[in-house]
Amino acid sequence: MLTEEQKLAAFEERIARGEKVEPGDWMPDEYRQNLIRMIGQHAHSEIVGQLPEGKWIPFAPGFRRKLTLIAKVQDEAGHGQLLYRAAETLGKSREEMMDELLSGKAKYSNVFNYPTPSWADVGVIGWLVDTAAVINQSMLAQGSYGPYARAMKRICYEESFHIKQGYDAIVALAHGTPEQRAMAQDAISRWWYPTLMMSGPPDSRSVHSEKALRWRIKTKSNEEVRQEFVDLIVPQIRALGFDVPDKHCSFDEKTGHYRYTQPDWDELRRVVNGDGPCNKERLEIRRRAHDEGRWVREALAAGGAARGVRA
Amino acid sequence: MDTQWETYEVFHQAKRGEPHEHVGSVHAPDPAMALQLARDQFARRLKCASLWVVRTSDVTMTDYQDENFFAQSTDKSYRDPKAFGAPDR
Repeated sequence: MLTEEQKLAAFEERIARGEKVEPGDWMPDEYRQNLIRMIGQHAHSEIVGQLPEGKWIPFAPGFRRKLTLIAKVQDEAGHGQLLYRAAETLGKSREEMMDELLSGKAKYSNVFNYPTPSWADVGVIGWLVDTAAVINQSMLAQGSYGPYARAMKRICYEESFHIKQGYDAIVALAHGTPEQRAMAQDAISRWWYPTLMMSGPPDSRSVHSEKALRWRIKTKSNEEVRQEFVDLIVPQIRALGFDVPDKHCSFDEKTGHYRYTQPDWDELRRVVNGDGPCNKERLEIRRRAHDEGRWVREALAAGGAARGVRA
Repeated sequence: MDTQWETYEVFHQAKRGEPHEHVGSVHAPDPAMALQLARDQFARRLKCASLWVVRTSDVTMTDYQDENFFAQSTDKSYRDPKAFGAPDR
């Protein structure tokens, strides 16, 4: 019989060799709990992430953009399910996670608690927010836990379509009337800092970072992920003739990276802990959808029971 | 207990002649519904010729921790064509 120390050493050696950890493998409880928390929050973010854009489906300009937006929101529902399933392999049920979301106990990404008052917000979420998400998720796809890494690969592939549709919507506004350009600039300005916050506080302020890197739950620090996003997106924003709402944002020849002003980390803490502009509204809609969908779930279950399938 | 259901493993065949590959799993109340949900989850974009769903609890699997299961007691390199020295012609 191996001692706990020997098991931990074998686990860390496996990760150091670049091998994946699979369900059923021995793993430290802290690794399991960290992943359950992270994957669960990720799943909730996809589920709540349907709402800010979903409300624009009836008002999308044109049939093609409407179909595209429906497809994007459907992807987010699908991603939520993939992620709940990945978390379940670690021993927490989907029902338990859903209950935590509905009760307000669970956390999810800060960005989905900001309002979407204009059509340009839909474009900017696809372009800025999903670019930041894909950078983070490509990093997570290199992580050590097999089921999460597999889900990330599939999700990144689908998210590349989300970025493209958002960018396309903003390009259309960029070439539009002065009012349309102003609408796009206003959305960029409002989403800039919330998007920078997505990758989390600097690692010196983050409770979870050190072990997460060692065990390859994450493979880059929050600062690296954020810098990658800034370096990629600033030239894109400026190429369309829009302004980055940060007068200190400039290219640093010495480092080869863009300098930028840090977002307000207290705001991030408030928004993630339930006190953002739209937290209440998002949860209310989610709860209503859950209640109103109950008859569908009951009908499906009854259909299965009638065909003699074990529950 | 109306959001849990059993899980079904999903196997996806992109086109005729290709193998069915495991792509993930879905929660469903019965196999017919599992197929519907598997289509929505794993075949809403690229081409798909066929889907299989198998109740997860019906899958018998090896234990990752039992590495002896795959241990080989003798050298099996003779099973590999590269292990032979004779010239091709």
